[in-house]
Amino acid sequence: MIDEIRRVAEQYPVARSAILPALRIAQERHGGWLPPEAFEEVGEALDLTPAYCKAVASFYDMFHLEPVGRHLVELCTNVSCALVGAQQVLEAFEEELGVRPGETTEDGAVTLRTIECAGGCGWGTVVVVDHRYREPVRAEDVPGIVQELRDAD
Amino acid sequence: MPISEILLAGASERDLTKLEEYHMVGGYAQLARARELEPAAILAELDASNLRGRGGAFFATGKKAGFIPRDSPKPKYLTVNADESEPGTFKDREIMLRVPHRVIEGSLITAHAIEARHVFIYIRGEYLTEFEVLRAALDEAREAELLGGVTLVLHRGAGAYICGEETGLLESLEGKRGQPRAKPPYPAITGLYGAPTLINNVETMATVPKIMELGGEEYAKLGTPDSTGTRVFSLSGNVVRGGNYELPNGTTLRELIYDIGGGVPDGRELKAIIPGGSSVQILTADQVDTPLSYDAMREAGSSVGSGAIIVIDDRACIVQLGLRVAQFYMHESCGKCTPCREGTRWMVQLLHRIEDGDAEEDELDLLLDVCDRILGHCLCPLGDAAAMPIASYVDKFRDEFREHVRAGRCPYGGESSLERVFAPVDQHRGHPTVEVAT
Repeated sequence: MIDEIRRVAEQYPVARSAILPALRIAQERHGGWLPPEAFEEVGEALDLTPAYCKAVASFYDMFHLEPVGRHLVELCTNVSCALVGAQQVLEAFEEELGVRPGETTEDGAVTLRTIECAGGCGWGTVVVVDHRYREPVRAEDVPGIVQELRDAD
Repeated sequence: MPISEILLAGASERDLTKLEEYHMVGGYAQLARARELEPAAILAELDASNLRGRGGAFFATGKKAGFIPRDSPKPKYLTVNADESEPGTFKDREIMLRVPHRVIEGSLITAHAIEARHVFIYIRGEYLTEFEVLRAALDEAREAELLGGVTLVLHRGAGAYICGEETGLLESLEGKRGQPRAKPPYPAITGLYGAPTLINNVETMATVPKIMELGGEEYAKLGTPDSTGTRVFSLSGNVVRGGNYELPNGTTLRELIYDIGGGVPDGRELKAIIPGGSSVQILTADQVDTPLSYDAMREAGSSVGSGAIIVIDDRACIVQLGLRVAQFYMHESCGKCTPCREGTRWMVQLLHRIEDGDAEEDELDLLLDVCDRILGHCLCPLGDAAAMPIASYVDKFRDEFREHVRAGRCPYGGESSLERVFAPVDQHRGHPTVEVAT
């Protein structure tokens, strides 16, 4: 992993610029989140302190400082999606998964989150499943999506 | 027939993500021609076109490029802002998905115009598919030896609205928390790694090849004199056919919302329009004939911003709208400047009190006072982007705010379309949004 990060860093005039791709690589390697050792690895690869790496990671919403489920369901509740029923879609996910936003199902399969505007406003509600956009999603589509995730798990 | 498409021209008939197809519509011909020209000649075309930045600030593109010092001993950088995250906006995404080569060609022409050998495209982290499409196009362009010795790096963000602000973007690209810098010095002088840096939006860059093809003067005949050319407008909210539509600047909101978008669904009444992304002042239904141009929107008391039109029907409670918008800016405030960091939180707390029917009449003025104390007091416009819309909601819908206070509850009685919307700030620990500090 350290070599991989260093190869990415070669694209930049200054190695520190590679910290976001480096953290992304580390997060993928550690099952979708950044445990303390991830910051040591990224720091070693880019010659930065682990504390610095954590300070940067904590600024960005896509880095997770706590474990997440094997699948990530992220739902936009910003204005455009909210106007066309994002809350009803969210409640359908809550019911189907038995968790609140920010929580992971007991079996560790799915983490449910609400996110800010994902940029699919004309086709709301936008739901991002494992980093791929589904749009539009209506409350009645939710059981199918959850079943799909359970089948894939 | 007048030209109606610039940015997305040819994309309905052909798969312009492929280099071969893009060549068929004259792709990269303007890059080859531009490289034969002196940089100053390209800047002259941009000046003649009166192209203005499509990220939302509307600054003259040619003029901005002209600020890059020609004689700097340092390397010069072009940074393309693809960190699209203004609520309501999804046009850069469409442009990258459908005409990625046009983005690359425009960027390379602009790089030549400022004599930059390094181009960074900073694309928002959530746009994974868009990144893959752009990367595939870049690989094709590199393979075809179109980069001409320029290093073009696609850099993915990681989820932070503030990185769309130009100096926040530069900080992020330098591997730091994306907190904006004090200006001056401006990025044109002291930008990325302390070197001269030009920062342009994706849509701005994708417009450049057609300006070179048509000539700046010809391009300037499209749209209105103050807002030349076309834009990809993002239409969303309570409208039948939401989506991206490329139209000449100066198209009215009515044409976009009713003729193109099919109007407000379910037989509902139009209540309000957000004409340029959630950072701009709201318009009332009687302003629906306002043209989507810079001057006309200013006169109407708002801004055409990022070209994102959010349609709001009569089911929406404006206090709830204000709360949701304020929650967004509170979540995205980087925390560097006190008025923005604290002020956005106060706004959320006050709006909660008003919505819950717990506020007194004078708290409406307190809310406006908080907005006023943010406005113009921060390093970057994020705080302003929270204060301006919220103040406009109170100004334009004061009776509705008052009704909450008088009745001691939301007049929608739980039936608003924005009822109980669960914002991301609500799922974060350490973000108490309800209690008001005493």
